[in-house]
Amino acid sequence: MTSTARPHSRLPAPLLALRNIIAFLWRTPTSAFGLIVLSVLILTALFAPWIASHDPYLQDLNNVLQPPGNGHLFGTDELGRDIFSRLVWGARITLRIVFLVTVVVGPIGLLVGTTAGYIGGRFDTVMMRITDIFLSFPSLILSLAFVAALGPSLNNAIIAIGLTAWPPIARLARAETLTFRKADYIAAARLQGASALRIIVKSIMPMCLPSVMIRLTLNMATIILTAAGLGFLGLGAQPPLPEWGAMIATGRRYMIDSWWLVTFPGLAILSVSLAFNLLGDGLRDALDPKQMNRR
Amino acid sequence: MTASVAIRDLSISFGLAKVLPNVSFDVAPGECFGLVGESGSGKSTVLRCLSMLTDFWTGAITIDGRNLRDLPVKERCRMLQMVFQDPYGSLHPRQSVRTVLAEPLRIHGLDRREERMQQAMVDVGLPVDFLDRFPHQLSGGQRQRVAIARALILEPQLLLLDEPTSALDVSVQAEILNLLQRLRAERGFTYIMVTHDLAVVDHMCDRFAVMLHGEITEILPTSAIQGNGATHPYARELIGASLEYEGAGKASAA
Repeated sequence: MTSTARPHSRLPAPLLALRNIIAFLWRTPTSAFGLIVLSVLILTALFAPWIASHDPYLQDLNNVLQPPGNGHLFGTDELGRDIFSRLVWGARITLRIVFLVTVVVGPIGLLVGTTAGYIGGRFDTVMMRITDIFLSFPSLILSLAFVAALGPSLNNAIIAIGLTAWPPIARLARAETLTFRKADYIAAARLQGASALRIIVKSIMPMCLPSVMIRLTLNMATIILTAAGLGFLGLGAQPPLPEWGAMIATGRRYMIDSWWLVTFPGLAILSVSLAFNLLGDGLRDALDPKQMNRR
Repeated sequence: MTASVAIRDLSISFGLAKVLPNVSFDVAPGECFGLVGESGSGKSTVLRCLSMLTDFWTGAITIDGRNLRDLPVKERCRMLQMVFQDPYGSLHPRQSVRTVLAEPLRIHGLDRREERMQQAMVDVGLPVDFLDRFPHQLSGGQRQRVAIARALILEPQLLLLDEPTSALDVSVQAEILNLLQRLRAERGFTYIMVTHDLAVVDHMCDRFAVMLHGEITEILPTSAIQGNGATHPYARELIGASLEYEGAGKASAA
């Protein structure tokens, strides 16, 4: 009965903030580059059927290992499939991996980190030792172990990467939480009778969110590389899926004579992970509260 | 709407350091009680113990004859609230005033939320449309008013004021002190106020305690400031220094 009278003037605030952030990113050349590459990637993934010139799975054994040109922009692979079209469709797979891993890793890392940091004591110690165990393995090796246990497939690769990518996020969120768990506004929330869960969700998580978002964006580059690595080792996406890492793996055998088989997927991986890194750096500046206040 | 406070043998140590050895005092209903003393003398710690933000103290605190430790959390929150020293640190930087005020109402399941929020804003002398502002869109004095509104919205009987004006400009200090005094006159709150400034004590309080190294050296009525009626040497020195400083200030201003 009270919420009906509530004015909705607050509603555009997040949109306004988003516009501000994009405008800020646009002003720096490096983050603008990241923004452009990622927009291109997203648009490519969305409109793949219209952009691709050929069917990515259509084999043409009379037309194998054709160099770029002759109706095939990036040439053809060992089964005569159009590499450009496979790259275009591969964008969907890459984005799906990045999106799903981020959606799994962000909330888990945030939850583990903020609760450990806020509750502290023995709970903190236990949670941080668990993250230490995960952190002490190289993420590719740990994902390899998980995929080996679960069986090779794209979905299992996503689960494996997700399992190995949350500890740095949890560490970061915990460190952030420790810096303001003694702040007066947390004390005020406690004095109002707010439960620990309420304080974590409503007061602490919003404060951790910017740095976690930055870290997630920077992580996306690692996720792409790990996914490509798993694909390269034959433990990620299975043929004939046009996953970029798997494309490099199969192209490796023809690398000496047919450079285009590995070059174009390699360039795609390079530019997208570079773009995520640059965007992450740009976001760090854009979300820095000191910089926010100057605007 | 008033509560009496009795503190008996309150003591607390952080590690090996005994911060409060043994503190006892009483505050009558509707009284404004000041706590003065140098930095690190344990003034703010007394408030943090009273509010249960620090809960590993020993001794007994009773509010309105009820043991503080036996009070359920929600009841305690509606009994006492606190206003913090630094209005820049006590408001969540990413929450609007509306969120700040609505949260306690939601936690305690109170009705007529919009009405209560607007009333709280009016009570502290802020325009109602400030509800949709964020802390960085407010001045220091306005922020402290919001912090006071947040403390008022649960209709407590006891307000703990931890140097509520020391982070503010001199002109704004007077406004906030007058606001607090008006609220006490209207609602009959009991105040326990920590301050460095004896002029503030003189203006606001009925009685005050002088603290040194966690102990209360002397409890004096406010009238003892003029003419320095303290008997304990430290309290005498403190009041004397303050009077001297004020005299020097007045002399240089003239």
